[in-house]
Amino acid sequence: MGERNSTVVAEGLDKRYGSTRALDGFDLVVRRGSVCGLLGPNGAGKTTAVRILATLLRPDGGRAEVAGFDVVREAGRVRQRIGLVGQSAAVDEVLSGRQNLVMFGRLFHLGRRRAELRADELLEHFDLADTGRKAVKQYSGGMRRRLDLAASLILAPEVLFLDEPTTGLDPRGRNEVWASIRALVADGTTVVLTTQYLDEADQLADQICVIDTGRVIANGTPDELKSRIGGDRVDVVLHDAADLPAAAAIVERAAGAPADIDPDNRRVSAPVQDRMRVMSEIFAALGAANLSAEDLAVRRPTLDEVFMELTGRPAEPAPDTTTEEAA
Amino acid sequence: MTTTTRTAIAVPDAPNSLIDQLRWTFVDAWTLTLRGINYWFRQPLQVVAGWAFMIMLVALYGLLFGGAMQVPDGGSYMEFLLPGMFVMTMAFGIGETMSSISVDAERGVTDRFRSMPMASSAVVLGRSFTDMLYSTVGLVVMIAAGLVLGWRWHGGIGETAAAFGLLLLLRFAMLWIGIFLGLIIPGPSAVNAVWTVLFPLTMVTAAFAPPETMPAWLGFIAEWNPLSATIYATRDLFGNPGVGGGSWVAQNATLMAFVWPVLIIALFLPLSVRRYRRLSR
Repeated sequence: MGERNSTVVAEGLDKRYGSTRALDGFDLVVRRGSVCGLLGPNGAGKTTAVRILATLLRPDGGRAEVAGFDVVREAGRVRQRIGLVGQSAAVDEVLSGRQNLVMFGRLFHLGRRRAELRADELLEHFDLADTGRKAVKQYSGGMRRRLDLAASLILAPEVLFLDEPTTGLDPRGRNEVWASIRALVADGTTVVLTTQYLDEADQLADQICVIDTGRVIANGTPDELKSRIGGDRVDVVLHDAADLPAAAAIVERAAGAPADIDPDNRRVSAPVQDRMRVMSEIFAALGAANLSAEDLAVRRPTLDEVFMELTGRPAEPAPDTTTEEAA
Repeated sequence: MTTTTRTAIAVPDAPNSLIDQLRWTFVDAWTLTLRGINYWFRQPLQVVAGWAFMIMLVALYGLLFGGAMQVPDGGSYMEFLLPGMFVMTMAFGIGETMSSISVDAERGVTDRFRSMPMASSAVVLGRSFTDMLYSTVGLVVMIAAGLVLGWRWHGGIGETAAAFGLLLLLRFAMLWIGIFLGLIIPGPSAVNAVWTVLFPLTMVTAAFAPPETMPAWLGFIAEWNPLSATIYATRDLFGNPGVGGGSWVAQNATLMAFVWPVLIIALFLPLSVRRYRRLSR
């Protein structure tokens, strides 16, 4: 199975926990050297999929190959060719960064000397060389993540799995991790990452798989997904929220489609086909109705709108459902 | 950028023969043992504090209460107490093992190990080496402290060695309880809760006072506490007082000091292995 230039192939993966179907006919094909973003809310099955592909979980049905080997029957060979970065930084907090990398290098059977050389290389590369003997527990969140990333790159894996790599990081840490991932991809590593941040998938991924209730419900490049819900959208931001209904009527008439009203941002938006005509019509009508607009723009839809369109509910998780995925 | 590329590092060959697999298992277990040894050098204060706590307990019981305590067959309370304290040192190992296992699971380190091409038994084997080594060193420290405080052994070399053997066998049994509990409890914060329940069980033994002097029900628990068998047996082997008179356990102490740990291992080793396998379900 699997095409020659795809390095991750999953066919009909099933995984049940009691009566819950964590994965329900999950299919995935990832092209060699690309970044695939698994996007979905908590509990959608992203983590389960990654754990099966990384040989940590056995599927109840279906099959998967990573780097050319079956994840169940040839788990050992898969493990030599993958790196895994889980939701928490899986590094020893007591040891120093170097001790961590040397330990993991030896567990990858590099031998002591090569493990030490590799550790120094990676520390240098991830800008951790000057951390010296400092225990990892004294690292910042971004540093920990970079060490975690370094540990999963000891064997220079063909495929790197990242499970929510930036969850819990501040914007700076997030940018650091993104930069590291981009550099890896430039080097030719295939990356499969899960995220619930739409902008993260948009920023990093060549291919996005939108996952909901254990299966892929949409699959394509970020642009393809965006154009699936009708291409461009027009946004009108008003100075006064009281003008929203009137502005919405104008936008709907011009665009010929129902408008969404976002009172928090005093914004009206609607899909558009003929951008220039609609823009000028709205501009003129707002002026005639004496409505004062702060901004008027045509833009590509966000992935949030894509998810809303595909599933009928927003992608951002409700605060009380955040623990389910971790199991 | 070239340092992270695939060209930089060759993937080591997977072991083909059984001998290679065994070699990998021991090499990996040794790497993990080195990890444990690194801990001692990185946290010397914690190691010393652990010993200091045990020595303090000995001093507390031996010197504070010792004068008022009546040892059944006569003799010094310090000599009565020390074998019990050695056994407690071994029993406290449950807590050490449990929290190490649980911290690794919580931080995802266990998952990292499982996603690596290493022998899966090496994780447990490495834990055993580390914890047994740590407890052996702890035992030596306790013996030194005991000698300073007036404890002596009176048995021959063979008997003394047998006593230490029984203590380490007990520690090995505690290791498997610790591994199992570490795998089933949800995180390091729960470790403290579990330990709060376990701690009294390490105290209700024949270590501090003869069970005959306790209320009947408590004496029964203390008598049949697996730790008590090792306490009686080591007192006997060291030639220390308080071997006990009437009870069946006391009379068959050496046998039970062997049977109890073996039973515990026979129960908790397969349970732990099963639990570890279930991580992939």
